Amino acid sequence: MTNIVDIKQLHRSFGGPAVLDGIDLKIAPGEFVALLGRSGSGKSTLLRVLSGLDTAPAQKLVIPQRRSVVFQEPRLLPWKTVIENTALGVRGGDAQSLARQALADVGLAHRLDAWPLTLSGGEAQRAALARALVREPELLLLDEPFAALDALTRIKMHGLVFDLWRKHHPAVLLVTHDVWEAVALADRILVLDRGRFIREIRVDIDHPRRRGDPQTSSIETELLGELGVEPSHA
Amino acid sequence: MADSTIADQDLAHDEAGGSPPARPGSGRLMRFAVRLASPVAIIVLWQVASMTGLLSPRILAAPSEIVAAASKLIASGELLTGLVVSFLRVLAGFSIALIVGVLLALVSGLSRLGESVIDPPIQMLKAMPFLGLLPLFILWFGIGEAPKIGLVAFGAVFPIYLTLHGGIRGIDKKLIEAGRTLELGTLGIVRHIVIPGALPSLLVGIRYGLSVAWLSLVVGEQINASSGIGYIITYARDFLQTDIIVVCLLVYAIMGLLTDGLVRVIEAYTLRWRPQVIT
Repeated sequence: MTNIVDIKQLHRSFGGPAVLDGIDLKIAPGEFVALLGRSGSGKSTLLRVLSGLDTAPAQKLVIPQRRSVVFQEPRLLPWKTVIENTALGVRGGDAQSLARQALADVGLAHRLDAWPLTLSGGEAQRAALARALVREPELLLLDEPFAALDALTRIKMHGLVFDLWRKHHPAVLLVTHDVWEAVALADRILVLDRGRFIREIRVDIDHPRRRGDPQTSSIETELLGELGVEPSHA
Repeated sequence: MADSTIADQDLAHDEAGGSPPARPGSGRLMRFAVRLASPVAIIVLWQVASMTGLLSPRILAAPSEIVAAASKLIASGELLTGLVVSFLRVLAGFSIALIVGVLLALVSGLSRLGESVIDPPIQMLKAMPFLGLLPLFILWFGIGEAPKIGLVAFGAVFPIYLTLHGGIRGIDKKLIEAGRTLELGTLGIVRHIVIPGALPSLLVGIRYGLSVAWLSLVVGEQINASSGIGYIITYARDFLQTDIIVVCLLVYAIMGLLTDGLVRVIEAYTLRWRPQVIT
């Protein structure tokens, strides 16, 4: 199986020390990868390169043409209704009905004609998710998409993202600083520190994964250790 | 409809703060009556002063004479003809200002190079008292329609350019990034993000530009007009008809209010995505 993301020796610096210091990354089609790291570790910079918003020198840089991004903020256009925002990302085909279907998938069928500024945080982020998925991406990039949501909404969003991933099966790169989020969702977890991957963990645990069972706990503890957090304080 | 309920809520909040709560309808009517009292009193005093000879009609005609003059001007069709001519001047001048202002603001708002080429000269021209340019305009364009339309266009172009340029520069860069990840392309980003995002600022500029346009017209029409409201004023001045002059000034004011109201209607519709449109 050919990887849809294949990066070798990616470097990026903004004048000072390297933010990305020789990154190698491969992602298989349909694979769910979580990228963990402290703030300033280079996670967002890597995601920006993968999304095409930033360019950086690399020995090899293969990224799929069809990709979508969901940011930490929903970034909906406030002057377009929810369905107009969703249809914006569609090239060809019946944009309206595709958008309607995508919004139904995220549970927003009743908010099609709402203005974004009237949505709750969770609804807005679901609309952003619909706008990303309606493009049927090969690679879905999620940049801490749940960081700004309250704890209860976040749990629901984890379930939603997981279901949508099962249904559409894009490769996912989820950037997060929430260790449990990574353990709950990902097939593979990468830990980034000072521009280099320092750890890679495969998570071969059946879904739904429960927090606190021995398998997930041991991975969580290990990851927290890599991130420099003593388990006793976690 | 939605606007009025929002306004009602705001009023209700205001009232909750200070004065005791009153029924919204009667309270507003009361306030309106109170606010109306002093203008009415002034008009009554003015009428009395004119009738007793305290105020000479050479200085200012009585309100009753102004009303009579207005109905005469309307009946003869003179006012309407003049109004149409004046309105077409504003329309022509303002249209030029809108097209030029929007184009310049787009170029200078969307590219660094455009900004460094366009912005400095505009900032310099803006500092000029543009009404003082009238003698030059007459030298350049003669005494026909061109200097009047030109003065309107020149005055109105700055608010349009400045507000749209500011609006484009103030657009959230994160939305532009989101547009790029949706592969909208430059034209798509301008169409879907830049223009709608800068529209609130542009509409403020259009309203301000319209008031400048009418002001420019008033000044431009004083010089060598052979038609339009300004011509009626000039003619009335020569015959000391202060009543007609006042009627014409009122017409200018009403036209200014009407065109402003039109833009506010457009504003309320195009900006309905904002949770509260406070106009």
